[in-house]
Amino acid sequence: MRVGVVRFPGSLDHESARRAAEGAGAHVEYAWHADTRLPEGVDAVVLPGGFSYGDHLRPGAIASRSPIMNAIRRHADRGGPVLGICNGFQVLCEAGLLPGTLRPNAGLSFVCRQVELEVVDAETPWTAGAAAGARLSIPIKNHDGAWFGDPEEGRVVLRYEDDPLGSTDRVAGIANRAGNVMGLMPHPEEACDPLLGSTDGRRLFEGLAR
Amino acid sequence: MSKVVVTVMPREGVLDPQGQAVRGALVRLGFEGVGDVRVGKRIEIQLDADEPVAVAQEMVDRLLANPLVEDAHVEVDAA
Repeated sequence: MRVGVVRFPGSLDHESARRAAEGAGAHVEYAWHADTRLPEGVDAVVLPGGFSYGDHLRPGAIASRSPIMNAIRRHADRGGPVLGICNGFQVLCEAGLLPGTLRPNAGLSFVCRQVELEVVDAETPWTAGAAAGARLSIPIKNHDGAWFGDPEEGRVVLRYEDDPLGSTDRVAGIANRAGNVMGLMPHPEEACDPLLGSTDGRRLFEGLAR
Repeated sequence: MSKVVVTVMPREGVLDPQGQAVRGALVRLGFEGVGDVRVGKRIEIQLDADEPVAVAQEMVDRLLANPLVEDAHVEVDAA
């Protein structure tokens, strides 16, 4: 399994995403926002968290129009798995690869805490390592994490048990109809080591490696 | 060269926490009669084009506003 982790100016969590994917047995290569193609032989793509282009205009808006996105769109159209975490989720929504958009949190605060999630859909490549109804404990850290949209336009994959952000229908993660493109605000890559209090995030990366 | 002014506002019905925070602060400062407050942004573009409004509208559609949650208005500043 070869995973391409995409870096934009302002990406922060690419190292954690690399470690998480490698922990699941993947070989990882970085792609750069200005590249016009993905690294050779990449099976899956991860867009990591951060503040690409300083979150200017709208979070993910400028990154979603960068050259690498054309290659990611082609990969997604072929059915290739794509995972967007936090800012990566915002990028995928802005690119139109996922429904909806991410709005400022209802309390207008940066929220950094552990959240409990329910796996609603275990049929995507990313959640194949979990069972529907399973509970995952994974941290969030964002300012613009309230998903706003019509859940019927995609497949709700993860829901907050108690949503601190103000998302439509407590959506924490959603996939496209085909299921191969998924985004979530929580950070599974920061929940892969017992030192960080939870290893539940591994399931998403292991799901991919299956 | 024209100056195109694009005004982007959160769409009616979409929660605007920034507007709510500003409203709360205005009320705390003692201003009376403050109703709904909404915060948007103004984008000024120096543009050399034969049809600046049409070009700016395309900019709105392709980048400047997200139609899911924002409305945008384009005008040319004659000054």
